[in-house]
Amino acid sequence: MSKFKRNILGLAVAASFTVGVAQAQVSDNLIKMGVLTDMSSLYTDLSGAGSVLAAKMAVEDSGIEKRGYKVEVVSADHQNKPDIGSGIARQWYDVDKVDVILDTPNSGVALAVNQITKDKNKVFLASGPASSDLTGKACSPNTVHWTYDTWMLANGTGGAIVKSGGDSWFFLTADYAFGHALERDTEAVVLKNGGKVLGKVRAPLNTQDFSSFLLQAQASKAKIIGLANAGGDTTNSIKQAAEFGIVKGGQNLAGLLVFLTDVNALGLPTAQGLIVTNTFYWDKDDQTRAFAKRFAPLNKGIHPTMIHAGVYASVLHYLKSVEALKSDDGVKVVAKMKEMPTDDPLFGKGTIRVDGRKVHPAYLMEVKKPAESKGPWDYYKVRATIPADQAFRPLKDGDCPLVK
Amino acid sequence: MEIFGIPTQALFGQLLIGLINGAFYAMLSLGLAVIFGLLNIINFTHGAQYMLGAFCAWFLLEKLGVGYWWSLLLVPFIIGATGVVIERTMLSRLYKLDHLYGLLLTFGLALVVQGLFTNFYGSSGQPYRLPQEFTGSFNLGFMFLPKYRAWVIVASLVVCLGTWFVIERTKLGSYLRAATENPALVQAFGINVPLMITLTYGFGVGLAALAGVMAAPIYQVSPQMGANLIIVVFAVVVIGGMGSILGAILTGFGLGVVEGLTKVFYPEASNTVIFVVMVLVLLFKPQGLFGRER
Amino acid sequence: MNAPAATIAAPAVPSRNRMLMATTLMVAALAIAPFIGVYPVFLMKALCFALFACAFNLLLGFGGLLSFGHAMFLGSAGYVCAHAAKIWGWPPEFAILAGTVVATLLGIVVGLLAIRRQGIYFAMITLAIAQMIYFFCLQSPLTGGEDGIQSVPRGKLFGFIDLSNTLTMYFVVLAVFIGAFLLIYRIVNSPFGHVLKAIRENEPRAISLGYDADKYKLIAFVLSAGLSGLAGSVKSIVFQLASLTDVHWSMSGEVVLMVLLGGMGTIFGPVVGAFAIIGLESYLASFGRWVTVMTGLIFVICVLAFRRGIVGELDAWWARRRS
Repeated sequence: MSKFKRNILGLAVAASFTVGVAQAQVSDNLIKMGVLTDMSSLYTDLSGAGSVLAAKMAVEDSGIEKRGYKVEVVSADHQNKPDIGSGIARQWYDVDKVDVILDTPNSGVALAVNQITKDKNKVFLASGPASSDLTGKACSPNTVHWTYDTWMLANGTGGAIVKSGGDSWFFLTADYAFGHALERDTEAVVLKNGGKVLGKVRAPLNTQDFSSFLLQAQASKAKIIGLANAGGDTTNSIKQAAEFGIVKGGQNLAGLLVFLTDVNALGLPTAQGLIVTNTFYWDKDDQTRAFAKRFAPLNKGIHPTMIHAGVYASVLHYLKSVEALKSDDGVKVVAKMKEMPTDDPLFGKGTIRVDGRKVHPAYLMEVKKPAESKGPWDYYKVRATIPADQAFRPLKDGDCPLVK
Repeated sequence: MEIFGIPTQALFGQLLIGLINGAFYAMLSLGLAVIFGLLNIINFTHGAQYMLGAFCAWFLLEKLGVGYWWSLLLVPFIIGATGVVIERTMLSRLYKLDHLYGLLLTFGLALVVQGLFTNFYGSSGQPYRLPQEFTGSFNLGFMFLPKYRAWVIVASLVVCLGTWFVIERTKLGSYLRAATENPALVQAFGINVPLMITLTYGFGVGLAALAGVMAAPIYQVSPQMGANLIIVVFAVVVIGGMGSILGAILTGFGLGVVEGLTKVFYPEASNTVIFVVMVLVLLFKPQGLFGRER
Repeated sequence: MNAPAATIAAPAVPSRNRMLMATTLMVAALAIAPFIGVYPVFLMKALCFALFACAFNLLLGFGGLLSFGHAMFLGSAGYVCAHAAKIWGWPPEFAILAGTVVATLLGIVVGLLAIRRQGIYFAMITLAIAQMIYFFCLQSPLTGGEDGIQSVPRGKLFGFIDLSNTLTMYFVVLAVFIGAFLLIYRIVNSPFGHVLKAIRENEPRAISLGYDADKYKLIAFVLSAGLSGLAGSVKSIVFQLASLTDVHWSMSGEVVLMVLLGGMGTIFGPVVGAFAIIGLESYLASFGRWVTVMTGLIFVICVLAFRRGIVGELDAWWARRRS
């Protein structure tokens, strides 16, 4: 929306950098990053303003501005609608000179942004969305898929639960593309590990009342009720499961996509025992705790979720690559990001594969009982660690045209 | 034993659940029917007022420590009062115009209220703790019925039948009904018709808010809760007959049961079944199942 | 149902001369706009919605029927067009045609179901059917559910006009809009249009004069549906996306607002209203959900104090000046 004049100092510094480096130059001498996120709906707390904060913290921590680069972070609310999201993306790229789009929870919006980014040769650091298609059929040389995806969730939670004895499943699925994908991937894992799927039921998105679906799940006597849904659907189904005494009756709920903020919204008495796979937890080690200590006070006390962490880490690595390359040309920067291994305080050491998938370990966690928790946001205990090379879908299985 | 492939146990469980949903439909459509039947206003804001009721109860509990039972009493009056303000300042100006302007006004108000709350509270919802008396369930053999949901059925039946009784069988109710038929004449008898209209609107809104308080412990208290529900409730009112109190009550419970059954046999259609019924009813009996010709 | 005197505003059709002048002005402004710095994608969005609003106004302003489900025509046409262009690989002109035809057929079916009812019942029945269409689109594998149909190709119009160029696309959209706009003017000014107006003003009298009111209303409904479909199809090509937003009931509400704000029953009102609302939404996009609040406020203000809408008020002011 607003135009930026060149900073004379910045021009001089940039000019000095171009000596001997052909035409490599950062466009407009400004690295402009756009956090496209959900500011007002079901993903606000797990991304939203926290993602913007994470991006800004990453810019500060990288120190890149002290070395003469100018960086700006803008943000917008896609309201979970692909048309709004793609409209903002287009406007950002065409008019506002944004170079990279970050975050974007909601796979529908992310897929649209993925295409537009490719058409305009910019960069998309997708730390928010879940669809494994972003590194599969829809993979792009301009996109890096950070944090998590549906395959990882299915294999993480699904695989671990089946191996630890949860061998009969009943699915409660949100009836849209994301829910179907998650259910399909998880079912595959359950069957592969010798488990059985006793039934499934599809609930419309944004269902208020899951009681009838939960009754069916209860009647199936499956050991595990897999919740292939997200956001309000997940918290509603969990809340109502507590009312119907499902966990007390011996069945366990498997939240296939649950964030720290969902557990906070539910409260420990209701959420206890829930099995969750995340790739980041603020209380895992000293480095993550230090990050959370800085992050939370600036984010209304809300501790960082894995999506916030993903934004932070992706920005750090992006800025490193831009600085090394001295250019923000879309395809080239992403190639550089894949060339350089990643190392950040939140995810540790990792790599970005040729299909755009960032790989790092995943953690299978269980929500603590109220008595086990020492304070607010102390919610998880780590049950297992899935190493990076097993956490994500093997390269050859993705149908990505970039993989030869 | 099985009926259509579903064990009878499960079937009765679903019917019971359907009845509970029907209770909410009935209470909400009751408020709408009262407002339309007596005032000829289509109150699109009803969903937002239901949401306001839930938020008010949440606010009272979280910030002021006021518990559920007090909320049941206070919240309808508080939100009903906001309804009175709306009626006095805005709706009353539209009575001489086409009904559709009232619809558009209340639609706009609903957007404003919803938008404001979404801005301040996001839409992931706030939890509302179940009151102590209601934790636990009745073991009915074929299912566990949470105590709170049983209370919802009972309470809504009481409210619905109570309202029906007041309107159809008491003197006050007869004044209201007469005032709608012929306001000038009734006014000539010395009855303050504008005041009755205002209070009636406030009462309808209060009913919505009451439904909101009762919904708070079951659903998340979220700014979107009304928007998702209002279209369905409209369908219920239209099927029951726009002006018929009894129609709204019976249709509300009835449609809850129909929806529950659909969830068992064909869950993907559970959202649309009510609209299909509505289209059919409008085609063959446009005044609704219990409505009077207008 | 006899519409009382103070009802939905009486239609005001400008004289030929004024019409010619105003249209020329509008076309000129729109033709120059992209060259003086207005973002063409914004303009295209506004034009698609302006077409949608004009189509809706045909039914509401001139036909006197408030449909609360018009999004079903916009959205379903968009899906059909997107599907034809992306999955079947049809060139854009046929894809758009397909979308428009489907919307027209849907309009016939819905019209037959709804026309017999009046006022609020008509609105409710259109709302109900639109909800069914919404849920169908939500669940059908053909529509991509929440994701919508994405990456719709722009294609080459008539085989040689490359629509992936933004400016070219813009002028094509402008041409379609002007064509449809003039078509609507022609319809409103024809004998058909006059009978429609008569039915609007006093239906029993029109019937007593021998006109089949239901048939006229149905035709108006179908025309409105088809043109809404045209808007939806073009929109899905421009944005290369067909999504659930276009079939949601809030979209139906939005088009009512555009017509109300711009001026019901005027020719230019819907265009003004569409540009105003789309402009406001663009401006507020960075402020999150304030868009909903603003939309609601505008509704409230318009209904209470501004029922004639922008163009309606301008017309009234002009008429007062002359007398």
